[in-house]
Amino acid sequence: MGFFEWIWDKIYALLIENGNYKMLLRAFGNTMLLALFAVLIGIVIGVVVAIGKVASAHSKKLFLVRWLCNLYITVIRGTPVYVQLLIFYFALLPMLLKDKNSPLLAGAITFGINSGAYVAEIIRAGIQSVDIGQTEASRSLGLSSFQTMKSIILPQAIKTILPALGNEFIVLIKETAVIGVTSLYDLTKWAERVSSFTFELLTPMLFVSLIYLILVLGLTKLLNIFERRLAKSDRG
Amino acid sequence: MIEVKNLKKSFGSNLVLDGINYQINKGEKIVIVGPSGSGKSTFLRCLNLLEKPTEGEIWFEGELISDPKCKIDLVRRKMGMVFQHFNLFPHLSIMDNITLAPVKLKIQTKEEAKENALRLLRRIGLEEKADTYPAMLSGGQKQRIAIVRALAMNPDVMLFDEPTSALDPEMVGEVLEVMRELADDGMTMVVVTHEMGFAKEVATKVLFMADGNILEEKPPQEFFGNPEHPRLRDFLAKVLI
Repeated sequence: MGFFEWIWDKIYALLIENGNYKMLLRAFGNTMLLALFAVLIGIVIGVVVAIGKVASAHSKKLFLVRWLCNLYITVIRGTPVYVQLLIFYFALLPMLLKDKNSPLLAGAITFGINSGAYVAEIIRAGIQSVDIGQTEASRSLGLSSFQTMKSIILPQAIKTILPALGNEFIVLIKETAVIGVTSLYDLTKWAERVSSFTFELLTPMLFVSLIYLILVLGLTKLLNIFERRLAKSDRG
Repeated sequence: MIEVKNLKKSFGSNLVLDGINYQINKGEKIVIVGPSGSGKSTFLRCLNLLEKPTEGEIWFEGELISDPKCKIDLVRRKMGMVFQHFNLFPHLSIMDNITLAPVKLKIQTKEEAKENALRLLRRIGLEEKADTYPAMLSGGQKQRIAIVRALAMNPDVMLFDEPTSALDPEMVGEVLEVMRELADDGMTMVVVTHEMGFAKEVATKVLFMADGNILEEKPPQEFFGNPEHPRLRDFLAKVLI
């Protein structure tokens, strides 16, 4: 058997036999949807919690807000996302929903809640990295704290926030691989299934690794473009 | 114009201002000197409530501004402030630095604010810098822009917090020159500084602060010519070589 025949056999077993390529497309779509919704939920939660933390930082009245934000961040960051997923999908969701088979929804919410804690800390750190003198100058001109945040602090904080946020999303895309514990059919699950047909693990696993890698590289490239744009406006 | 009654400020257990009483009238140029840690910057920052007084009252144009119910954002429009480290907004052009507040607060239209900014920039000879960014300016230029940014709000009083302390020596003169012109125009000014020459020339009154109190308050000739308090004599002996 020649080399090309060998390659062809591998590809055939990997993609064509049993309609594997159709399943691959479905798996790819599920992974992308899961990551996308999780990122969106994560950003919304992260922004709200970060604002809650920053606004309550020096306030006695907002003690409860600060306490809740800190509790959320501590618990979520202190426990494995895999365990969170098991709890949410197998224990909490059946109590909340009649339709027990909604793994995409469960995954998006779990990964979103998980990511939100990291996003909140990234945004908070970005806001607090801006020199306090900027706030003082803005407030001394008569701008409100909201106007100061919007026009002075956030445009500067975004430069610190964006690279860290990109990192978080890269981690998130890869973490979605544990969704297989539910019944959702994602990229990693696809590779497992193919290997169970072919009795060979290495090829399908290397193949999905390559797909994850390409996704991450694409995201990195996109973020670099954003960062360069921001740097440009900085220098005028 | 500004009246301070029994002003106390502490940071934790550290008492920085220990019951200050003082009145500043329209048109006065008050220069505050004193050793570091004497509370002079804290005093200045209490005047526009960048620091919240622990105790006491601050009145501005007949209004009790230390009252929590006072709309401080409206009061601050009338009180310009210049900082030691300039605090220009690095992400905005010089023009936007100056016009941001008047436009955002809807005091002027964009066109009016721009015209006004150009007039102010012309006055300090930095008109050609309007479209550049703070990072491209020298320290002296930055501080002059910071003064102009505060002036763009047409304040009734200007507060200066060690405006020349972070500058290279050769740039101190240009900033003091702008402040001198401002004083000549009749602006009410409160200046915390180590520039004794400026105090002598421009001040209507010089205050000496130490340990959270005003220990001496006199017109400059007497202040420098006939200091009474031993702490002030000691201080002047050290700074006037």
